[in-house]
Amino acid sequence: MKIIVNGEPREVVADTLAEALDALGLGEAKVATAVNEDFVPATLRGGHRLVEGDRVEIVAPRQGG
Amino acid sequence: MPVFYGTEIASRMMLGTAQYPSPAILADAFRRSRAGIATVSVRREAGEDQAGQAFWDLIKELNVALLPNTAGCHSVREAVTTAHMARELFDTKWIKLEVIGHADTLQPDPFGLVEAARILTEDGFQVFPYCTEDLVLCDRLLDAGCEVLMPWGAPIGTGLGLNNVYGLRSLRAHYPDVPLVVDAGLGVPSQAAQAIEMGYDAVLLNTAVAKAGDPAAMAEGFALAVEAGALAAQADPMEPRDMAAPSTPVLGKAFL
Repeated sequence: MKIIVNGEPREVVADTLAEALDALGLGEAKVATAVNEDFVPATLRGGHRLVEGDRVEIVAPRQGG
Repeated sequence: MPVFYGTEIASRMMLGTAQYPSPAILADAFRRSRAGIATVSVRREAGEDQAGQAFWDLIKELNVALLPNTAGCHSVREAVTTAHMARELFDTKWIKLEVIGHADTLQPDPFGLVEAARILTEDGFQVFPYCTEDLVLCDRLLDAGCEVLMPWGAPIGTGLGLNNVYGLRSLRAHYPDVPLVVDAGLGVPSQAAQAIEMGYDAVLLNTAVAKAGDPAAMAEGFALAVEAGALAAQADPMEPRDMAAPSTPVLGKAFL
């Protein structure tokens, strides 16, 4: 399935957001997620089904002022 | 020492974590700043390099409270979603709320800021709003549930200091019991001292330290200035006056 990850088109084999993170090698990473501009808590990733074209944002802690 | 949402912080300095020449210099600057709070952000995890994980390991070592921001957000929705992601990542209700209204000045969008502050407060966040020194805006932010105000000194990254001393002084006078932090625009330690002398509870800076030739030395300079300002504020400064008044006793002067 083709989805948009952090602005880039990606082909992933996944039904849920949790599976997509695993497929991207971020299953265990300290990240937070949003799908189509809505926050998806870590506890709900397993039940969040993705559809073709979903826009997934994956963020991590970073330097800030 | 300042109390933010019931948490006392043993420092009047908040320090940003961006733009340092290296992680080691960042850590050294934090040590010498004696900052009690570090500001952080969330950004896209690019993939294989997992830079976010390395940064997370670094900031855990700083042993300071973390204040995530919504830097770069221009809409209420963006800021609210970013705040939710930050709350989960950093495991804190604190959020430095930025809703940017103008790309050149990076000044807050006061209308979006109040709306986002209300949404986040109702959702259990403890909001630190990056705002201007406008008194009416600050009233609205307090109405929205904010218990801290963070007016700018000058636009982010300019180092111009306190552009509107009257406005900042006015806020302090109107809100004697609200923690006030000058956020953004400081360039040198004397400007931080000025803010604290005026009775501000803390200052938040980043570029002034990170972009100095020697960030760690500048961090210590700010730490000393903040300490000097706090002593001055506690010591009840004299009132300025227009006319000269002799400090040496007139009585007893020899007639020559």
